[in-house]
Amino acid sequence: MLRIAIHMLIRDRAKYGMLVCGLTFCALLMSQQSSVFCGLMQWTMATLRNVSAPVWVMDRAVEQVNEVTALREIELDRVRSVPGVKWAVRFYWGITQARLEDGSFQQVQLSGLDTATLAGRPAVMKEGRVEDLRLPNAVVVDQVAREKFAKKGLKLHLGTKFEINDKQAIVVGICETQRSFLGQPYVFTTYDRALEYVPFTRKRMSFILANPQDGVSARECAARISKLPGLRAVETEDFKWQTIWWYIKNTGIPISFGTVVILGIIVGVAISGQTFYLFIHENLRFLAALKAMGANMGMLARMVFLQAFVVGGVGYGMGVGLAALFGNGVLKKGQPPFFMPWQILAFTGGVIIFICCLSALFGLRKIARLEPAVVFK
Amino acid sequence: MSEPAVQVNHVVKTFGNGDQRVYALREVNFEAQYGELLMMVGPSGCGKTTLLSVLCGTLSIDSGRIRTLGHNLDEMKPGELTRWRGRRIGFIFQQFNLIPTLTILENASVPLLINGATRKVAEERAAHYISELGLGDRLRSFPSQLSGGQQQRVAIARALVHDPKLIICDEPTASLDAKSGHKVMELLQQTALRPDRVVIVVTHDSRIFEFADRIAEMEDGVVKGIHLNSKK
Repeated sequence: MLRIAIHMLIRDRAKYGMLVCGLTFCALLMSQQSSVFCGLMQWTMATLRNVSAPVWVMDRAVEQVNEVTALREIELDRVRSVPGVKWAVRFYWGITQARLEDGSFQQVQLSGLDTATLAGRPAVMKEGRVEDLRLPNAVVVDQVAREKFAKKGLKLHLGTKFEINDKQAIVVGICETQRSFLGQPYVFTTYDRALEYVPFTRKRMSFILANPQDGVSARECAARISKLPGLRAVETEDFKWQTIWWYIKNTGIPISFGTVVILGIIVGVAISGQTFYLFIHENLRFLAALKAMGANMGMLARMVFLQAFVVGGVGYGMGVGLAALFGNGVLKKGQPPFFMPWQILAFTGGVIIFICCLSALFGLRKIARLEPAVVFK
Repeated sequence: MSEPAVQVNHVVKTFGNGDQRVYALREVNFEAQYGELLMMVGPSGCGKTTLLSVLCGTLSIDSGRIRTLGHNLDEMKPGELTRWRGRRIGFIFQQFNLIPTLTILENASVPLLINGATRKVAEERAAHYISELGLGDRLRSFPSQLSGGQQQRVAIARALVHDPKLIICDEPTASLDAKSGHKVMELLQQTALRPDRVVIVVTHDSRIFEFADRIAEMEDGVVKGIHLNSKK
């Protein structure tokens, strides 16, 4: 009878098409929008992914990686004195302007790495060597700089010169970074040179990057550093989540994306639920005949649930597939942000299952009330 | 086969409550024997269809007793009654009730599939009956591609495919022209009637009275009389 149920469903092409379209649209909207949201949240913590360090130390007032309250130089020695800290180095991060040859400007995220160790260096170098940062006026830029500068007519390559605050910067390497929420390219240089590029202020050290000794976990190390007055230390993974939660709590981004996702669910329930109900309603006479011919509620329930899950499965597959195609396209371009973890697939699948169950239960309610004797009327 | 196939004693069936109560069946009594084609005739609203419904257990009764194919229907649990109906009763409906999205082969195999037969077995038996009813070359057609008479032949195949002992026909010729109706009744008589089976036909189509072994006349919810068919 399950085969019969499938034939009853898919040969009613208009309703089958409508059901699949509704669920496809719902799954597409949910998975695509959720993936863009997750991608955006990944962008917010791009600095943490691009600058690799186990523990980040900052002013106690700092809540997320993209806001900086500078530290005094003395804090570095205090951190180094904490038991369990293997090493700790300075790190500068700030937004400044690069002036190109033709006089145009481009905002950049300037990252100053410890001159001796280059700790926090970019993980992937596409051209050049990161060690060349120790050369005079040397900077390493990322692929976003290459794109942005190219739009302004400057083709970036090793040896290209531009200015930051009237001081010369020479490109000695091009690295691969994750795009950031702020959208500006990353420019890496040494800590000392970064301070030369930016205007003088009393406190200038943005973060301290620390590494625990062997046998001490990063989280334990961060906890010990956090006991120092005025300082807060966070293990990188925790800092990523704190940054994400900051954006969730303090911006309208989740509301915006959440509204679209809820809209997708409503559309899915409305279109698919209603169409499925209509499908059951139009087949009531035949279902009554099946009841009269000996089909019990268990058998009819299996048939209806199978029909609901077939359209659900097809709609889910098509919706998620289209979202993945979209993701594949945008990832090649680099934007808009897109990240589809398995949780999104599971969430979308769960919602589709919910819609299918709801539709099937509404239909079954009607069938349960159906007297087989109506076939004689 | 000493026991009648169907025994109906003092059956009362009402619809509604209080002042709105309508008596569909009032103290109905009759019997149907194995091997006969019993026709129940009477004007619209006299209770024929209600009687069919209670005979096969798709409708419960208020009082009285119905014994069909050796079972007291009021003593059977709902699930048991449904299974019993699926195995022992074949239905032919006025509007055919063939599922439009299934081929006629699939439609005719439904009763066997409900009873748990494999698809292969069900379709083989269904094909046999459809061929016997003259539609062997239309197995993969859909109901909408057939005439009314052809559709009712498929309905007969569906009613017979699981070898039931009681065939219930509700106005089987009402949607057909005279010629098609006559042909359908001929086929029904040829294929359905057997010594171990009873066929009960509800109709007010006087053109097919000639096919009945006995005719029960109903009026106002009561069987007024049953007589042998003089035209036979």
